[in-house]
Amino acid sequence: MTEITLEMVRQRAEADARTYGYYLNPDPKFLQSLLEGLKRNEERYGYPSCPCRLASGKFEVDRDIICPCDYRDPDVTEFGACYCALYVRKDVQEGKTELNPVPERRPLEKQAKAYGATTSETKIKAETVIPSTGTITETPKNKPKLWYCKQCGYVVFRDEPPYTCPICKAKREMFAEIETRIDFTG
Amino acid sequence: MQFSKVSGQKRQHKVVLYALSTCAWCRMTKQFLEDNDVEFEYVYVDLCEEEDKQKIREHIQSKGGPLSYPTIFVDDNMLITGFRKDKLREALGL
Ligand code: SF4
Repeated sequence: MTEITLEMVRQRAEADARTYGYYLNPDPKFLQSLLEGLKRNEERYGYPSCPCRLASGKFEVDRDIICPCDYRDPDVTEFGACYCALYVRKDVQEGKTELNPVPERRPLEKQAKAYGATTSETKIKAETVIPSTGTITETPKNKPKLWYCKQCGYVVFRDEPPYTCPICKAKREMFAEIETRIDFTG
Repeated sequence: MQFSKVSGQKRQHKVVLYALSTCAWCRMTKQFLEDNDVEFEYVYVDLCEEEDKQKIREHIQSKGGPLSYPTIFVDDNMLITGFRKDKLREALGL
């Protein structure tokens, strides 16, 4: 396995910020600390899960918090920064807007999975917050499905559609499920 | 659960910090407490055994807190989520 260097992590974040029109946190020390966290997670889990969230170490469970996480786009739009404040909006980068703590958008049900076998599963479920930007009601046992973006055609296979389309930035509502049926007759 | 202790001159309150070893906000919180000479205990949740993770989750949720880090308990009755200098100053009389 190739060694993960801080420079690689930095370059990846920079390239991603450029692609999506975001900026990296302007505080060099803070940025360094986040990049180190990402590196550490990639080393121990095999993927760069969010440095500011507790990961389970299981890819399937952590998929939505692999950086850049599913929640970044709505958070940068609404609060000026992602949950960790690694990615920020232009006005924040320029110091025009003050940065306040970004509330956790990830549903509690998902967060709880990082704590191992849940003893109070039902309690957790009742408290699950449906994010304001989504209209998807989570069923207790989500199964991965094929979703496509009605705007650009991007297809993804996962439990729920992404918050925003990573390709064309369309909102979650633009995603529709692809119903697959395999016909053996004829 | 193995807490690490940081000594300080300000010991009026029992301060417990739940943090993640990779989190920049947690690091800033820890630094802030150290800079202000506050005595506190901390644990990195991501480095804990599963059993301890469960206990931490129950502790935080029993006080109605979200599962976000850093989480700071002051005298086990006040819970501060996130790096909030204003709230920390107020709670700790800094
Ligand atoms: S909150 Fe920011 S740093 Fe954390 S995973 Fe999402 S985009 Fe990456």
